[in-house]
Amino acid sequence: MSLKHVNAVVVGSGAGGGVVAKELSTAGLSVVLLERGKWYTPFDDRKDDLRNQRTCPLGNAFGPDNRNPRVYVDGGGREYTVDSRHWAYSNNAACVGGGTLSYGAMAWRFMEDDFRLRTKYGTVEGSTLDDWPITYWDLEPFYEKAEWEVGVSGDDSNNVFRAPRKRPLPMPPLPPNRDFQILEPAAKRLGLHPFHIPMLRNSVPYNGRGACMRCRWCVGYACEVSAKCGTQNTVIPTAIATGNCDLRTECIAKEVLTDDRGHVRGVAYYDANGRYREQTSDLVIVSCSAVESPRLLLNSKSRLFPNGLGNRYDWVGRNLQGHAYTGAAGLFEEETYDDLGPGASIAICDFSHNNPGFVAGGLLANEFLRSPYQVVTGISGEGVPRWGKEHKDFMRRYFKRNMTVMGPMQEMPVFDSRVQVDPKVKDAWGIPVARISGRHHPNDLLGTDFMRSKAEMWLKEAGASKTIPFHWTFLGIPSGGQHQAGTCRMGNDPKTSVVDKYCRVHEVDNVYVIDGSVHPNNGGFNPVLTIMAIAYYASANMVKTWKGTHASG
Amino acid sequence: MQPSIRLNRRAFLQAALTAAAAAGTGVACNTNRSPWRFFTLDEARTLAAMVDQIVPPDQDAGAVWAGVINYIDLQLCGPYESLQKTYRQGLAAVDQSSQARYKKPFADLESNDQIAMLHLLEDGQDSGAAWKQISSREFFDTVVDHTMQGFYGDPRHGGNREGVSWKMLNLPYPPIRGRLRPDAEKARSG
Repeated sequence: MSLKHVNAVVVGSGAGGGVVAKELSTAGLSVVLLERGKWYTPFDDRKDDLRNQRTCPLGNAFGPDNRNPRVYVDGGGREYTVDSRHWAYSNNAACVGGGTLSYGAMAWRFMEDDFRLRTKYGTVEGSTLDDWPITYWDLEPFYEKAEWEVGVSGDDSNNVFRAPRKRPLPMPPLPPNRDFQILEPAAKRLGLHPFHIPMLRNSVPYNGRGACMRCRWCVGYACEVSAKCGTQNTVIPTAIATGNCDLRTECIAKEVLTDDRGHVRGVAYYDANGRYREQTSDLVIVSCSAVESPRLLLNSKSRLFPNGLGNRYDWVGRNLQGHAYTGAAGLFEEETYDDLGPGASIAICDFSHNNPGFVAGGLLANEFLRSPYQVVTGISGEGVPRWGKEHKDFMRRYFKRNMTVMGPMQEMPVFDSRVQVDPKVKDAWGIPVARISGRHHPNDLLGTDFMRSKAEMWLKEAGASKTIPFHWTFLGIPSGGQHQAGTCRMGNDPKTSVVDKYCRVHEVDNVYVIDGSVHPNNGGFNPVLTIMAIAYYASANMVKTWKGTHASG
Repeated sequence: MQPSIRLNRRAFLQAALTAAAAAGTGVACNTNRSPWRFFTLDEARTLAAMVDQIVPPDQDAGAVWAGVINYIDLQLCGPYESLQKTYRQGLAAVDQSSQARYKKPFADLESNDQIAMLHLLEDGQDSGAAWKQISSREFFDTVVDHTMQGFYGDPRHGGNREGVSWKMLNLPYPPIRGRLRPDAEKARSG
């Protein structure tokens, strides 16, 4: 029995797909929202510090499981088949809400300059750096919509570098924790401009849900009181309540189906029982993440697109980015730990742009609360005993006397950092898996060295008796991970991009990519609010240009 | 059961191992049959001696008492199944190295000698024939990482008995919940 035709299939229920499903179903379109993962509750892997989305030696709490491996190719060409616990897998999550179920929820607007890095800094040798085809002001109303509809708390009025906003944030910041109280005056003494981090988290009752209870299980976990705002507890329930949106979980998209005239006609997928299904639709929106979206397009071959949907010029999957995180831990002689979550509370954007000797930069902020195992694995290097009695002495002394300052350095996109599909390895449904390879650009190393020294400077001014800089090397490996972006670039020229300024795939009039894949560059910020804003913006265009059912013959 | 450092170290180790094994499996430990799901008795002895140097018992519990052997044994039959061969080869190699150097199995060495040997493994300096199949540094890193998980991680996975490492760190447990924390607020402003 074939499935009833609908107006739109949205593949992926994360930051992008959740918003699109809500906007389209609210506008009256019939929507099928396909999600490969489950609808988890906070009581799945509750407070498990060895099995969550951030620290996952025993598995990822919110997916994916081992049925969808990936292949990583290192700089020497060696291939590794990896599961989702491995760093090279570049995981985010596979569940209703995607990463927004378990993220730390920092809610940043990009800066105006982030949309025109090439105009500002010039071309960067070895990078495909280019301006966005839209400006900050195209997105500004949609940043606001995301802040009010999904829900953001905070206060960035002291951030003199911020992009202008028309409307203030709907919720005040949480009362400052001890990290904030120590780091704020220190930053001011250094002439920096500290402020409360905007967060997709209720600081007061909002949108029918309660406020944050300041627990220590935030980043990596699902919120037990639903105070952390994700698409799964905001826009997706709204979409379902319209009666126009059918959410189907544990459904694995196989390919986007294209007809002979260059129209997309729907999505083939395996349902929760493993049965092959074809859902026909007028529109298809691909929102699977910067690794899975290009994978789906590349696996969607047709007569008109023999190398994958939208891939006429070999740009699908290119320019894989994430963020090059850098920073330092500070050890203190007084207690800094107050057990007041989420922990991350204060940031500076003094080093986001206009730095000496390298392009762009990033924010610096304090870190979320860490479990003891996270402190053991997170603070390492010179002077930190790894084992033995000295290790126990160190933990007893410094577990409650440490603070970490870190930040996401904006990466320069590299053409050869890419997602392909593997010619041999297939997942449990027989679909070729994602194949990841590439490396960072040298500018990333220059920038992280600089930002790391600023993190140490801030911690020392705050009274750290010793600072321990992050020391992992990343130059020869690709980026990605939970901030993955870039692989279906937005641009005006079909020869050097995958989607146009409205996220529509070039040369096809009814398929869109709406997730982090479309970012030409990823800002020096956690990207999720930008993904939501783009989803609102692109959906507005889809609704405006919607003329009813497209005749696809 | 409070850890006691006054017992002779070897007797303590055996007592803790037996108690941990019994707690873990409910099977009485006899010298011929291993109580563990994966480890032989000799492997468990060697590993116990290693992990009790990695997180040694002092005024707070050590790795063995906290159930690190139980943790590793349990995970090797689950998410760490692919590491079974690593542990078989690695633990055998540790004892081979110890025999070559000191003419005794690792668990029977004096504490200082155990620590010295672990430093050699950590630095990849043990060039004995034992380490041809597997790198000593990689094996040692794996054991350290698993020991930390088993010592500091949630007790539901078989280690961190009674949350002993969290007590060691004075983590408030159970945690204070809710937005209003009058005692904490008072203490800060008072």
